[in-house]
Amino acid sequence: MRAAIAIFPGSNCDRDMAVAIKKITGKSPLKLWHKDTEAPNLDLIVIPGGFSFGDYLRCGALAARSPIIKNIKNHISRGGALLGVCNGFQILIEANILPGSLVRNKKLLFTCRETTLEVQDSIQSPFLSSFNTGDCLNIPVAHNEGNYIANNELLKELENNGRIAFKYKKSSEIETDYNPNGSLSDIAGILSKNGRVLGMMPHPERSINSLHGGTDGLKFLTKSIEQIVG
Amino acid sequence: MKVEVNISLKEGVLDPEGQAIDNTLRNLGYSNFHNIRTGKQIILNIDKTNENEVLKQADKMCQELLVNVVIENYHINIIKDK
Repeated sequence: MRAAIAIFPGSNCDRDMAVAIKKITGKSPLKLWHKDTEAPNLDLIVIPGGFSFGDYLRCGALAARSPIIKNIKNHISRGGALLGVCNGFQILIEANILPGSLVRNKKLLFTCRETTLEVQDSIQSPFLSSFNTGDCLNIPVAHNEGNYIANNELLKELENNGRIAFKYKKSSEIETDYNPNGSLSDIAGILSKNGRVLGMMPHPERSINSLHGGTDGLKFLTKSIEQIVG
Repeated sequence: MKVEVNISLKEGVLDPEGQAIDNTLRNLGYSNFHNIRTGKQIILNIDKTNENEVLKQADKMCQELLVNVVIENYHINIIKDK
């Protein structure tokens, strides 16, 4: 398993993600700096959460124009797997690797709490193929701009082609704030056309130890890595 | 009446966001510019028709809340209905 984490000034979940990957594979992932123009062939690149470039201009906008992005695009065209978490998801959207937009949370509050994610009926993807449609994972979110929006045409395209990976799920009929940011159709994560790129707002690396309050993140990352290695 | 308030940092006030945008534009190959400054625009829809009164009220709003006059400049434009 050759994995790497792409790090930008202001990334702050890179170390947690490295700990999670090492826990699964026994090997620390490579660290790529935003200025790196060369990278070895890899199986998986993760863009971690944080506040790249201080969230200036728009979240992820400056990171998405960094030299490393060319490497990341080459990695995808070679068929490599790519995971963007939180700010990583925002960067993937700003880099036009995933469609749509992530805007301010509907209630204008930074939201940091556990959410329940429901696995959707998606296209073949290494991130989801170990799960069944309707499986649930409890994974925390922590963000201010996680409200996913898309126009009707794009939403149809995502729905009809199985590109919605996760939706926030109601835990009971009366629960009203199960969606932490007001995202369209309760979307929490989406896939690229070929299923090998996943962008998600929740942080799986923050749910890898019973002391975190749960280990569903570890389960998700373990199954994903197993599928990526093949 | 629609009023546009453009707010920018005064000359000499540190603008880290402007500097970060400056760096990224240079990395993208642009070089024929200097001193990028960021700001914000606030659109107000005020229920009044007298232009002078609207300007006066918008100016008061700027002084009271919208602008930190120690570090920011502002400019008010009235947008006429088409």
